[in-house]
Amino acid sequence: MTTVAEKRPTNAGHDGGRLPLEYTRHEGPLNILGFWIFLATDVVLFASLFATYFVLRTHVDGGPTDKELFGISGFTIETVLLLTSSFTGSLAVYAMRNGNKKRLLGWLIVTLLLGIAFVGYELHEFLDYAAEGATMQRSAFLSAFFTLVGTHGAHVTFGIIWMASIIVQIARYGIDAINARKTFIVSLYWHFLDIIWIFIFTTVYMMGVVS
Amino acid sequence: MLESLKEFAGHFFVTGEPLIYMSDVAIVVVSLAIVFTLTYLKKWKWLWKEWLTTVDHKKIGIMYLISALLMLFRGGVDALLMRTQLALPNLHFLDPQHYNEIFTTHGTIMILFMAMPFLFALFNIVVPLQIGARDVAFPYLNAISFWLFFFGALLFNLSFVIGGSPDAGWVSYPPLTELATDPGPGENFYLLSLQISGIGSIATGINFIVTILKMRAPGMTLMKMPLFSWSVLASCIIIVFAFPALTVALALLMFDRLFGTHFFTMLHGGNPMMYINLFWVWGHPEVYIAVLPAFGVISEVVATFSRKSVFGYKSMVAALMVITVINYLVWAHHFFTMGASAGVNAYFAVATMLVGIPTGVKVFNWLFTMFRGRIRLTLPMLWAIAFIPCFAIGGATGVMLAAAPADYQYHNSFFLIAHFHQTLIGGVVFGLLAGLYYWWPKMFGFILDERLGKWAFWFFNIGFYVCFMPMYALGFMGMTRRVYTYPAETGWTGLNFVSTIGAYLMGIGFLLIVAQVLYSIKYGKRDVTGDPWDGRTLEWALPSPVPHYNFARIPEVSELDAWWHMKQNGETLAAQNKKAPLEPIHMPKNTGRPFIMGVFFFIAGFGFVFNWFWMGAIGLIGVVITLIARSQERDTEYEIPAEEIRRTESALGRL
Amino acid sequence: MKSRWWKGLILGAFSLFALTGCSEKYPVLHPVGPVGEQELFLIKFSTLLAAIVVIPVIALLIFIVYRYRDKPDNQAPYQPEWSESKTLEFVWWAIPILIIGILGAVTAKQTFALTHPPKNSGEPLTIQVTSLDWKWVFMYPDQHIATVNYAEIPAGRPIQFVLTADAPMNSFWVPALGGQEYAMPGMAMRLWLQADKTGTFEGKGANFTGKGFAHMTFDVKSVNESDFNKWVADVKKSAPALTKDGYKELRKPSVMGKKSFSSYPKDLFMDTVMKNGGKYMNNHWMMMDQQEKQMDHHDH
Repeated sequence: MTTVAEKRPTNAGHDGGRLPLEYTRHEGPLNILGFWIFLATDVVLFASLFATYFVLRTHVDGGPTDKELFGISGFTIETVLLLTSSFTGSLAVYAMRNGNKKRLLGWLIVTLLLGIAFVGYELHEFLDYAAEGATMQRSAFLSAFFTLVGTHGAHVTFGIIWMASIIVQIARYGIDAINARKTFIVSLYWHFLDIIWIFIFTTVYMMGVVS
Repeated sequence: MLESLKEFAGHFFVTGEPLIYMSDVAIVVVSLAIVFTLTYLKKWKWLWKEWLTTVDHKKIGIMYLISALLMLFRGGVDALLMRTQLALPNLHFLDPQHYNEIFTTHGTIMILFMAMPFLFALFNIVVPLQIGARDVAFPYLNAISFWLFFFGALLFNLSFVIGGSPDAGWVSYPPLTELATDPGPGENFYLLSLQISGIGSIATGINFIVTILKMRAPGMTLMKMPLFSWSVLASCIIIVFAFPALTVALALLMFDRLFGTHFFTMLHGGNPMMYINLFWVWGHPEVYIAVLPAFGVISEVVATFSRKSVFGYKSMVAALMVITVINYLVWAHHFFTMGASAGVNAYFAVATMLVGIPTGVKVFNWLFTMFRGRIRLTLPMLWAIAFIPCFAIGGATGVMLAAAPADYQYHNSFFLIAHFHQTLIGGVVFGLLAGLYYWWPKMFGFILDERLGKWAFWFFNIGFYVCFMPMYALGFMGMTRRVYTYPAETGWTGLNFVSTIGAYLMGIGFLLIVAQVLYSIKYGKRDVTGDPWDGRTLEWALPSPVPHYNFARIPEVSELDAWWHMKQNGETLAAQNKKAPLEPIHMPKNTGRPFIMGVFFFIAGFGFVFNWFWMGAIGLIGVVITLIARSQERDTEYEIPAEEIRRTESALGRL
Repeated sequence: MKSRWWKGLILGAFSLFALTGCSEKYPVLHPVGPVGEQELFLIKFSTLLAAIVVIPVIALLIFIVYRYRDKPDNQAPYQPEWSESKTLEFVWWAIPILIIGILGAVTAKQTFALTHPPKNSGEPLTIQVTSLDWKWVFMYPDQHIATVNYAEIPAGRPIQFVLTADAPMNSFWVPALGGQEYAMPGMAMRLWLQADKTGTFEGKGANFTGKGFAHMTFDVKSVNESDFNKWVADVKKSAPALTKDGYKELRKPSVMGKKSFSSYPKDLFMDTVMKNGGKYMNNHWMMMDQQEKQMDHHDH
């Protein structure tokens, strides 16, 4: 198992040992830049979904409106869960920078559990709505709502599977340049989903409740 | 049991048309022939090891190229069928349903399954060589992109014999494409195959942006980078910001059709305009995704064959970047006639016209690259020269179309058809063919036969004008697009007949290109120098075909047109090789996983097409498993020992 | 060699327009009303501006390819490193900017002009148009009659076509009178047209709507005022009424010939717009309100 202390000096030659670990292998900077660009595409994807939602928001076809539908406690709990998970995700990266494998794993697992709780709550919320007859087939508004929020939820679910795979690797290989890069990238993804959620929370839920 | 099986087969397979049965037979015969040949020559292992599992950008490029040429054939046959049907009034060669399917597949295939892979072929083959890199940034992802494209195209083409083809035009506007007016799996084939190949396109966009930004040879600053690579960068930036809108448009329409949502339906609050906006937010940039690399090819070819530096390099780069920005702001010119207010229309009209400015600048710069040069009329140069007037006229009619009130008269008419074929054939296809002829020796090590190529060139060019010039006039006569026939009283017969003749001339041109390739494989002049055209950029410094690691030693670049200046100073890569001992090279390992992932995507797509959700789920789970397997993989590279590189290089006479 | 071909082809293309352009077969180039005329002006104007760039480009190309061809005895100058000229580049950034500036200004002005009825004309007439699979229904709210696949209009009066669809969207185009506008479900969109002459002009559905699309043509018959009134009276007297069930029949996908109806359910057009999502389209709804006010005013 390679530790940070062993790894760093070997890279001191061309970067003076100043680079964070995730940038030290040749593919590190490429993957990280590539991932930033991927996030840009995802921004466009969500922007398109948001635009669709705003166009169709009032198209309720006699069915429930956003104000009637959204329960404040539900989306508040979801928000707290996801924001907290973003924070614990940062703590994980901090632990990684300090080369503390145990803490890194611990915080990643906490993040993962919070993510699972978030998805669980969201599913619960969706099922509640469906039970009231507010399914995505009911009206254009509901189609847009379930698709926008559901796409975010699907992203989080994917992130959970991905993070679990990285946790396994850290447990096996420790904090090396590859795992550092993977952890860094998955944390970028996680924060990105957090930011998307903040937009959903404010423009979909909050504006829906107060409108 | 037998009865229900029969009934199922009756729906599942397309029946009732002699053309379809003929193609069924052709498909079975060709597939058997391929299987037999591979088995007989014991080439299965070779196919798997050398091609299906490759992550080498050059091989992936060649696979894109072969697919693009096959799709050009299919799309071209579609075009000839349409032109045959329209040659005379009241023909019953095709019935309306069949005609509708054919213009839909023609448009979709030509844009997404011909132009895109053709572009990606050149991206892959040229960019790493031109910027002095050993591969793209993400070779594994590159292979995934190709296989997603491949299986997307396969799924789309399958609709010809299974389930039925989509029949609502390549734009697939709802509410026509909703279940109520378009039941059956045809439209699902369109939605899912575009979705699958679209994911691949986004990945390609990301891949090449990172490749170009991060992997240029030392000394090659952005302003010393060849214009083709610049154009690829511009094109990929557009891909990255435009394709997600298509992803969403297709996904939402698919939800409507598969899950009963109401995004674009007429009832329950759906809004079809939303689809049209999302579609063109991608659709208009798509035109520039295709044409900018063609511009790049023209810049390279014109400079090389005028033996002169490209004129106004900085302006050329600026023009590319200006187009990259403006092209996002013009999409609504595709629907000036859909009730937008005068203010909106005026804005989009003027914004669209603005694109004409940088484009005009590029044309003048090409002309002045030739000015005071020495022009060699080789095949690539012929296509480049043919490109300029054709694209200039196409661009001019584009500016005419941008004048919103005039567009009320052109919209949906044959004038529009003539315009966009002139930009897409005269612009994209001429440019890509110029690139194909130009880089062919680099890919395969021999030059395509000049005599046959000139025949092909003249047939295709004359055919083009004979086919499309009459369409401008037909537009003024009020002929609308997508009509499967017309009555004789309209007076459209003469021009339509002429146009059909032109289409067949182009068809002959295409066959001559095929003949030229086949002939040249055996008799074409071999390229032993690696620099048959007296080129200017780094790819010509390498031997043809290029060894799989590209550069034994990454060259240092100090000027634009790096290879030209090296030659001026009497330098070669061989000389650089000798300066110091060669070092071992890290290369990515071949892997079959991208192919397998493509298969799973195909399974998922096929399942959803027929609403077999169990099958869709199996496919998607397969995709996730391949992703996890990749995430867990750590040993992805291997090392080529210095000794092996030394041997390869000296065999190529480079040591 | 190649340059001659192009010259020939381009000249051929131009002469094709020149020779055949005079015939009645080119409705876009021979409009019979002010809207089509304005659009034709813009077509000609933009063609001219485009030609100012395109023709010199082609001429230059021919000249350059000929003069600088790679022949051993070519005496023309060869300057392989000459690749920059601020003056020249300034010129060809400036030319297109100037041309686009002019064309853009004219276009913007016209775009706004066409949203109003033609000036110095008679009293406007409103016709509500519904596109169905695969036929056109015309309703005359002032006359309370309806037709299928043909419309009579009084020559010299501006016609306000209000368009919607009760089927996949189509586009309403009468090339001899002027440009098209889409007929879209849930939206009521306005198109001003006017015929200055009498005669029958072909109209067509320009946007693809499926199997019967090619047959979605209709006639617009322009007649003088008294003939128009006579026709209205005739239809009222002799034609059957369009009932709600009758409309349901019409709505079924089919291709059919011309039909006339002496009356139609009063709110049929509005109901159609509303049913297909019109209630969510604020802009269009406001436009309809204004128009109703206009009509009320007209009635009193």
